[in-house]
Amino acid sequence: MSLDKLDHRLDKLDHRLDHRGKLDLDPDTVREARALAERAGRPIVDLARQHTTVSVERATLRLAGLAGADAEGTPWVNRLADVVRADLADQGGLEHGVALPVWDALVRGEADDLSALAQKASAGSVRFRLPEGRDATRARAASRKQVATGVRRMDARRRERDRMIKKHGDAPSKPWIYLIVATGDIYEDIPQAQQAAREGADVIAVIRSTGQSLLDYVPEGATREGFAGTYATQENFRLMRAALDESSRELGRYVRLTNYASGLCMPEIAALAGMERLDMMLNDSMYGILFRDINPIRTFVDQRFSRQVHARAGIIINTGEDNYLTTADAIEAAHTVTTSQLLNEYFAKEAGLEDWQLGLGHAFEIDPEVPDSFRMELAHALLARDLFPDAPLKWMPPTRHMTGDVFRGYLLDGFFNLVGALTGQGILLVGMMTEAVVTPWLSDRDLALQNVRYVMNAAGSLHEDFRPQPDGFIANRARQVLGESIDLLDRIISHENGLLDAIADGTFGLMKRPADAGRGLDGVARKSDAYYNPATELLEGRQ
Amino acid sequence: MMVSTASTNEQPEQPEHRILRPYGDTTGDGMVQLSFTLPLSSVGSQSKVAEGAAVQLANKMGMDPALVVHSKPMGPDFTFFVVYGRVHHLVDTSKVVVVERDYPLLTPKEANAAIKASLRRRLVVVGACIGTDAHTVGIDAILNIKGFAGEKGLEYYREVKVVNLGAQVSVPQLVDRARTEKADAVLVSQVVTQRDTHLLNTREMSAAFRESYPSATRPLLVVGGPRFDEAMAAELGVDRVFGRGTTPGEVASLLVHRLTQPTTQPTTQPTTRPTTRKAS
Repeated sequence: MSLDKLDHRLDKLDHRLDHRGKLDLDPDTVREARALAERAGRPIVDLARQHTTVSVERATLRLAGLAGADAEGTPWVNRLADVVRADLADQGGLEHGVALPVWDALVRGEADDLSALAQKASAGSVRFRLPEGRDATRARAASRKQVATGVRRMDARRRERDRMIKKHGDAPSKPWIYLIVATGDIYEDIPQAQQAAREGADVIAVIRSTGQSLLDYVPEGATREGFAGTYATQENFRLMRAALDESSRELGRYVRLTNYASGLCMPEIAALAGMERLDMMLNDSMYGILFRDINPIRTFVDQRFSRQVHARAGIIINTGEDNYLTTADAIEAAHTVTTSQLLNEYFAKEAGLEDWQLGLGHAFEIDPEVPDSFRMELAHALLARDLFPDAPLKWMPPTRHMTGDVFRGYLLDGFFNLVGALTGQGILLVGMMTEAVVTPWLSDRDLALQNVRYVMNAAGSLHEDFRPQPDGFIANRARQVLGESIDLLDRIISHENGLLDAIADGTFGLMKRPADAGRGLDGVARKSDAYYNPATELLEGRQ
Repeated sequence: MMVSTASTNEQPEQPEHRILRPYGDTTGDGMVQLSFTLPLSSVGSQSKVAEGAAVQLANKMGMDPALVVHSKPMGPDFTFFVVYGRVHHLVDTSKVVVVERDYPLLTPKEANAAIKASLRRRLVVVGACIGTDAHTVGIDAILNIKGFAGEKGLEYYREVKVVNLGAQVSVPQLVDRARTEKADAVLVSQVVTQRDTHLLNTREMSAAFRESYPSATRPLLVVGGPRFDEAMAAELGVDRVFGRGTTPGEVASLLVHRLTQPTTQPTTQPTTRPTTRKAS
């Protein structure tokens, strides 16, 4: 055999190895896992298509430009949607969507614009009806035209992001360093975020106030009072993005901003994020159901809409698989992470998100007292890497076994960073040694970043030399977890109503969440034949 | 050189009245370490001033001599210090006040047997994170089968019926559910402490239960969380406060102790007396 031929064959082998990743997972097994996730997810997508929610309708009004709140702080989108729903109560209320009745009223000349209409509506001086025939056609066209301005605004913001990255440069290396700010006061958050960016953060996440996920409205304006976090509002988004634009210019690299599209208002928050050029959003397909007891149907409908918005706005989503490990044992529950990642991937792709937008989550939460815990962490992280080779995985630090011993915690964070370096993580949430002790101090953040820098500098390219034994502990453990997640997907599908029944009977941990219970159920309606939503139409690219 | 305190060398076997100093590598050396940040630049010529300021602070805190072993600028305006030094303070363990466990620790089997013998029905526990607190890690550690620190949670106890309401439960919801379930005990976990939310929420909760129950039938109120002071039960209006590191077995044992002995008033406070025993 000539050397050329040998080279060629080696190249091919290399490529095959690369393609199959370091674990050399069986491609048929991987295909099977994806097919099962799709089978579990498809009925949920059908369900989501058949329903709408108050928050989807309010998000549509927000895209059309309706902003602000009344004197009591109730947003105008809530006021308007509530009046429309009440006026049409005899005909089914929410089931036709708000677009037709709202723009019918505007076409009829009840008010000059949405804002005036919302004010008149809350004063009781407008009656809404469901237009038919030519009236409906006119309302439909008018609503589509106005909602398109919001979609165009998101498009413009996306182009603006691309321009800024081109101009200032992107984050210098992977993984992106992700730091958290959480003071409760946006005006305190801003200097902290700018300082964190100066210290090396590529991504700033503003933690939301505890409890915002259960508010059925988005607070308005700049806020200075929050518990363990700062409210997500359009104005807070705008202020923080402007501050980080300033930092991006100062530092010569684009600094990304993250918030949360979760809870009862996730479609609205997604739309606000798109219009204010947030770059990443926490957005998980089942988190609200399992951990916040939000109604499953409400969540799935809101999820799909918010993901469509994120897809359009070029926002990277971060999924919440770390939560499975903080509430259950990280070894026993490892396969629930993989299962959730597969489902999140299916739901994301269905909604139009691309691989580069999938910050699928996983976490370093194995009890450090367990023998071989580091090898298992490595196996789990590699499994995620190999299953989703083109996704920027989000790697989350230990929290559960951070005991308050800050010295031991610092070591644990070092090992967490090492796994990150070895497995090519896309986004690294920086672990704090004072986890479970205090909200991070300035010095905690500085030490944590030194830890990351040391590991990346010392071992950032170690993955080039690292390939686990084909039948060694790590490869076997990864195969075992993948096998268990396939079993779990099988069990989900074998339920009469698939995923919904599985969620109801506690298949995911101990949390039982039936489809007819949970928060926000009264904000869900099955769409009528007359239902129309210009936002969905525009986001799905339909004419 | 070293000032040796009277009791440390001669009477180590009498822990009730020990006078101590911190221990570095020699008995009585009083060595401690400390780290902190000052809003001071230590760039270039300013580093001497910054280190001097750190020593001054350590001196004022009672460290003498104080040695700055590490100083690092964090940006232009802040410096981080690690200081080692000697303190001359003495601690008297006989004057330490802790909440001592005033009930026997039971195994799940013993707890089940005690409930069966005394109540002749299952003991009902309703648990929740109240207010806007979404951190269920504490309540789950105590209630979920999975448990904590190698001990199974209360769901594992055959004679205990657990109703875990999860996160962000309002106080009226909690009272309602406690009534419907005929709860013998209500367990509340609070992790978020910003602006003392945990204390405010707990007071609101205990007031609501006092209002809606006659004192004889009110369920036992137990709160827990990493930032609670175990001696605050009376002030918060609850029957027991558990701090960090509490295990399910301790909670189960307390419930059995208080609820299967009708002579014990539910409002009895745990005895606080000087002791050397470490609080859980």
